[in-house]
Amino acid sequence: MHAAVIVFPGSNCDRDLAVAFERAGARVSMVWHKDTALPEGVDIVGVPGGFSFGDYLRCGAIAANSPICRSVVGHAEKGGYVLGVCNGFQILTETGLLPGVLLRNANLKYICKPIELRVETADSPFTAGYDAGQSITVPIAHHDGNYFADAETLKRLHGDARVAFTYVDNPNGSVDDIAGILSGNRRVLGMMPHPERMAETLHGGSDGAPMFDSLVDQLANA
Amino acid sequence: MKARVHVMLKNGVLDPQGEAVRHALGSLGFDGVEGVRQGKVIELDLAETDADKARANVTEMCEKLLANTVIESYSVEIA
Repeated sequence: MHAAVIVFPGSNCDRDLAVAFERAGARVSMVWHKDTALPEGVDIVGVPGGFSFGDYLRCGAIAANSPICRSVVGHAEKGGYVLGVCNGFQILTETGLLPGVLLRNANLKYICKPIELRVETADSPFTAGYDAGQSITVPIAHHDGNYFADAETLKRLHGDARVAFTYVDNPNGSVDDIAGILSGNRRVLGMMPHPERMAETLHGGSDGAPMFDSLVDQLANA
Repeated sequence: MKARVHVMLKNGVLDPQGEAVRHALGSLGFDGVEGVRQGKVIELDLAETDADKARANVTEMCEKLLANTVIESYSVEIA
């Protein structure tokens, strides 16, 4: 299984994401934002956390219009897999691959701590290693993680079981406690919490590891 | 030719920064501020000399980058 991790100026979770994929058995290519094409044969693109382009204008807005993001959108439109974590989730909403937007946290504070998530669906290659309803602990580290979408979009997300994760104790004001969502074909996941920062026991927990294990398992056999 | 773009959160989208400003004004003794909405002003220097073309061009910039129309509305002034 071949994963590409995009590196923007200001990315700071790119190495963590690459290590999490490698630990699960993937081959990883780091791809610079100015590149115009993904490496041949990439199964999944990881869009990492950080502060791409200093969060100028809006979080993720400049990165979403970078040369490589056109290829990432093309990859997703052809049925390719994409995982966006934290700033990566913000970037995916800005590209339009995922609906809604991440607003400033309701309490206006940057929040960095482990939090409890509920797995809402196991029906995706990202969440197949969990049970629906299972509770997992992974860290959040964001200032703009307050998910917002209009009522019609939310109805569609809930109706199609596209909410992947919710917060057990909502830290940031996200509508319906939403922490992560899937695309319509369930091959694009965006989430604010960081599974790659809880992927081995040295991290203090490994609740994020099943995501990478199941991705590598399912995409290697695809 | 100059253009000025105002970007504001749409009505109905909670503006926590505006709310914080409202609270701060209240604690400074400015009573009666019932609502604060915080937005952005973006000024552009354009080579274009035709106002209609400039407006159309800046509108496209707003749609593609300057505003996120899921949550933000914008207005364009050409001067």
